[in-house]
Amino acid sequence: MIGNLETRVCYQKEKKKTFRIGGCKEVKYTLSVLVENHPGVLSRVAGLFSRRGFNIDSLAVGVTEDPTISRMTIVVNGDDYIVEQVTKQLNKLIDVIKVKKLNPKEAVERELALIKVNANSQTRSDIIQITEIFRANIIDVSKETLTIEISGDEDKIEALIELLKQYGIREVVRTGLIAIERGNKVISKSKSEEDD
Amino acid sequence: MKVKMTVARAMVEVLKSEGVEIIFGIPGAAIYPFYDALYSSDIKHVLVRTEQAAVHEASGYARTTGKVGVCVATSGPGATNLITGIATAYMDSVPIVAITGQVNSSLIGRDVFQEVDITGATAPFTKHNYLVKDPKKIVKVLKEAFYIASTGRRGPVLIDVPVDIQLQEIEFEFTAEIDIPGYKPKEKGHPLQIKRAAEAIENSQRPVVCSGGGVIASGASEELRILVEKQKIPVISTLMGIGSIPTDHPYYLGMIGSHGQKEANLALRQADLLIVIGARLADRALGDTKITENMKIIHIDIDPAEIGKNVDTNIPIVGDAKQVLSEINKRISERKDFWAQEIKAQKKEIKEDDKLRPYDVLKEISRAYNGDYIITTDVGQHQIWAAHNVYIKEPGTFITSGGLGTMGYGVPAAIGAKFGRPDKEVISITGDGSFQMLLQELATIKREQVPVKIVLFNNTRLGMVYELQKRKCSGRFIATCLDGNPDFMILAKAYDIQSMRIDRKEQVKEAVETMKNFKGPFLLEVIINPEEPTIPH
Repeated sequence: MIGNLETRVCYQKEKKKTFRIGGCKEVKYTLSVLVENHPGVLSRVAGLFSRRGFNIDSLAVGVTEDPTISRMTIVVNGDDYIVEQVTKQLNKLIDVIKVKKLNPKEAVERELALIKVNANSQTRSDIIQITEIFRANIIDVSKETLTIEISGDEDKIEALIELLKQYGIREVVRTGLIAIERGNKVISKSKSEEDD
Repeated sequence: MKVKMTVARAMVEVLKSEGVEIIFGIPGAAIYPFYDALYSSDIKHVLVRTEQAAVHEASGYARTTGKVGVCVATSGPGATNLITGIATAYMDSVPIVAITGQVNSSLIGRDVFQEVDITGATAPFTKHNYLVKDPKKIVKVLKEAFYIASTGRRGPVLIDVPVDIQLQEIEFEFTAEIDIPGYKPKEKGHPLQIKRAAEAIENSQRPVVCSGGGVIASGASEELRILVEKQKIPVISTLMGIGSIPTDHPYYLGMIGSHGQKEANLALRQADLLIVIGARLADRALGDTKITENMKIIHIDIDPAEIGKNVDTNIPIVGDAKQVLSEINKRISERKDFWAQEIKAQKKEIKEDDKLRPYDVLKEISRAYNGDYIITTDVGQHQIWAAHNVYIKEPGTFITSGGLGTMGYGVPAAIGAKFGRPDKEVISITGDGSFQMLLQELATIKREQVPVKIVLFNNTRLGMVYELQKRKCSGRFIATCLDGNPDFMILAKAYDIQSMRIDRKEQVKEAVETMKNFKGPFLLEVIINPEEPTIPH
């Protein structure tokens, strides 16, 4: 979560009551954002979220097949109003080329996590079994620990972490969600008139 | 054709090619190569006395000419002093290009003398900004900056150039087309939405137009006039929208909001269709008025992010107000009755008495000049007095800090406006609190002999906050009495500015006459009772 701005979010909800009509059901949304690969773009995007009072669940960024363009996957928690505002405000940034809200049914979502868990001679084989069930990999072993690499959707990772808790988790690193649309659909890199 | 020159020189060349005739700023060690290049150009440089004023002057210039205003400062404190000015321009969508010097590029990030991360600091209130690290990109960056500042929803763009980059030699060549993949402003409204809007207007019983600063920025006043005259729609405006239609137009009801006119707010409450044009309807504009479900809203704005932000919209139209309105006008018929006649008739004239009131002066100015002026205001009680009482004939002749509410804006904006429109009389209406925020600009007036007129309402108070404390803190006044005020007559004299002080009603006519006839800069101080309310009861 970048910036804890509970008060501002509350203000927006308050505002909805007085200015706006309709409910405000909070849902998780996944946004794919194509940006120019310039220095400072990440801070512009992150800054926008904090100053407008939007909460980010996760943000992952990396370069695309075109080295001048990076792609961010942002998971936002909010209602329709917040997501519409996030999308519009992101589009206002000059470095942002395209913002697309992904439909979870038509997209593949993955996250990578590295988990360092306590392991001794008694527990090691149990942990290895669990790892196999999850189709995860052991990528490092020491006398006292095992480091597991897992990729999958959020639920799968949460489930593994839950199971490993009994052995004592030392550290968890997660990349944040990345997502891509299913089938032959791609996000176009030009901002056309119809987008707005 | 390529020519070898320094980056600083190339910057000046691009400014010239963009039609820049005047720059406001203060030099410093991190911007000296640019100033050196400026020395041998025809571009006029106005030396201000604090950088904030440079932005306000560029803003006054931009708002009266429609061109991009340019201001320059050095690194560190020079750059941070620009911030309030830039934020002011951002909130009011004024096209500004601000150029700042930066410390040597190899020293960035080491907290060296006069170093500050100005691109980071201004990101929230610039439309875009650049830190130029590659000397070869300077031409592209500057051209993009002018393009971004002056198109779509306009706004300030900042360019930060390290001093060593300014000194580097490049092969100067004008880059041809500007292509920014993430920036394609949309000016034409969607035909289907325009059709729906026209139908909604035809079918409405009590339509109201709320006109904002966007109407003035897009030059859509004529289209607005045609729309409201054809359909006999009452017009209310935001503070920024004052002047989008002449204030004496029979269908104009005044400014809305917490400091607005009763008739305007009343019309807003009774409307069944609200046509919002180039306004964001923020808190002060709506005041206590609730937008109900029974009211349909058409929202026309060039910035898609404004639509649906503060009020729910039934018919959103993203586009330039001028283009959208002219399309709507083609599709509407003539309406017979003006529904708001009763509301309009309620407009009460203020009761006359023998005390000197601010509106006596403002009405006299309106009468004497008959709207042939540019008015700038500061922020506070006098701003609202002016918004309610000054006659505004043409769009873009009422210049005020509407969004950010920056005290100190008025006098520098007037200086910039006078440079932009030397043919027009420029009058800055200010209060003693605001005036003293950028008082040093009197030196700019003296140095450049800028013949602006300053009308200073002096109530020895921060009037609006004083009023707030009277109302909300049961008269526990704190820090709102300005009893350390100087003698403004002596002060004006120190800057060789002609001045006059009045404190009685019968002096008003002669004072305004004297001010009008005087050719140079002039300060008219009007002593006001501190208990004078913002809005007469």
